[in-house]
Amino acid sequence: MSDVIAQVENLSKAFAGKAALCQIDLSIHAGEILAILGPNGAGKTTLINLLLGRIRADSGSASLFGYPAGSLQAKRLTGAMLQIANLPDTLTIAEHIELFQSYYANPMELQTVLDYAGLSELQSRSSKKLSGGEKQRLLFALAICGNPRLLFLDEPSVAMDVESRRRLWQSIMDIKASGAAIVLTTHYLDEADHLADRIIMLNQGKIIQQGSSADIKAQVASKVIRFMSDLATTALIHIPAITNVVRSGKYVELHSTDANASVIGLCDESIAMPELSIQGAALEDAFLHCNQHAQSAH
Amino acid sequence: MTTTHIPIIQNLQQDNDMAFPMSRLLRLYWLETLSEWRKTIRQPGFAIPALLFPVMFYIFFGVIFSQGTNTSSYMLVTYGVFGIVGPALFSFGVGMAVERGQGWMDLKQASPMPPSAQIIARVLVSMLFATIIIVSLFVIAYTLGGVRLALWQWMSLAFIFIAGSLPFCVIGLCLGLVLKANAAPAIVNLIYLPMSFLSGLWFPIDLFPKVMQNLANAFPPYHLAQLGLKIIDKDLGRPAWMHIASLLAFTLVFLLLTTIAYKRPTQD
Repeated sequence: MSDVIAQVENLSKAFAGKAALCQIDLSIHAGEILAILGPNGAGKTTLINLLLGRIRADSGSASLFGYPAGSLQAKRLTGAMLQIANLPDTLTIAEHIELFQSYYANPMELQTVLDYAGLSELQSRSSKKLSGGEKQRLLFALAICGNPRLLFLDEPSVAMDVESRRRLWQSIMDIKASGAAIVLTTHYLDEADHLADRIIMLNQGKIIQQGSSADIKAQVASKVIRFMSDLATTALIHIPAITNVVRSGKYVELHSTDANASVIGLCDESIAMPELSIQGAALEDAFLHCNQHAQSAH
Repeated sequence: MTTTHIPIIQNLQQDNDMAFPMSRLLRLYWLETLSEWRKTIRQPGFAIPALLFPVMFYIFFGVIFSQGTNTSSYMLVTYGVFGIVGPALFSFGVGMAVERGQGWMDLKQASPMPPSAQIIARVLVSMLFATIIIVSLFVIAYTLGGVRLALWQWMSLAFIFIAGSLPFCVIGLCLGLVLKANAAPAIVNLIYLPMSFLSGLWFPIDLFPKVMQNLANAFPPYHLAQLGLKIIDKDLGRPAWMHIASLLAFTLVFLLLTTIAYKRPTQD
């Protein structure tokens, strides 16, 4: 593809002999939201720190816009929201933003930044008096204020209430629409599901899965066909495309790789299906599924 | 996979290479310095003692309990040194340790701030503090202490004090990169106060036993004070180049230590 703006090749990093990332290959495209998921210690933060040039790789390369990661030229096109404990609390919100704007060649208008971050009414507030969620919004403002072409968001919606989170999601979508690429790590799978065009799943320093949210959900392959029934498992397991039958109280849940074929099969056998529902796997199921696979592979 | 010669990157690179004229760079350094100044001055726990202690001590020991203008002019130099060393050590040593502890330094390092901006901003703020302190001391010395010096002497003293804050900025920088945030204020005080005493900033070094006079060579404030005292002909009589060389040596050693501390690998 011609719109690759960042490229990671064969990147490895170990801390004190313990591998944090093993031979990662990854490209980031303009105008996409890439979510990096994985359990704690999977290497998400290490990958972001390598892309920001805050740590050096043991082998392999990371380049942003054709510049080496961490170079001043790369940083001038990049914004980053990191997880930090606190910020200097004697400056006001507007003063913080004004300073960070000055680091960039073509910064965003102050008012636009404040609107995106939902801080318009707070701009002359000292950062000492901010709640956890408001601090997150300020850090978001500092990340976007330089009009970056590549935006890193490390756990952006931590400590935010539902309304702020929705607003943040909207801002992220707007910034993506302007052509910037966004790399996001999150613990909230609904956030990745809602925002990401592409998801990569890390486990123990390796990419174990990547694709769109739908692709990843498809990895668990199955839809769940659920209805009320007291039929024995043996009477259901031979239905086409059924991989598993699970009883739950008065209900039975059939895991199917092809819901269409299974339902036709059920109808052919004239099986009654009161309160029928068919659901796709949630991203969370896919996530657990993939991680279990990765664990058992070791 | 060849990704080096694709249009979107070329465009961005072209924009990027042209887009940072000198005027923007100056504005960046100006804003960095301004926000450093605001952070410092809005922190009464730092600003008030830093400005008040040297002035208060000088009024007590250099004016009220002084035995004439000789003491007043001697103490002007030594409390001047005491006054400029404090802001340099604390702004760098404590200020940077705290911001490192918060993770703020990480965000700054990830941002396109040129690494020198933070250091230049803090040096300028320390020097501004030094200027305020020495101007206050000069005014008190002239009005209350009756100190009369030639114009070249006042000017030389001001120059020595302001330029002399640099080695202490470097020492503070090194401490700021090494110390833990919650321990930094105590440790910097434990260095600042005994070092000031042993360098003869509180009591004239002539009154010290010979052993302690020799020991003072190990402390940079001693050398700076001796340079200042030479201007008013009250030093111990060692050559000026020796003090300048010592200060330069301290600066270089701590610059080296700072580089090592800065390059320590960041753990995950």
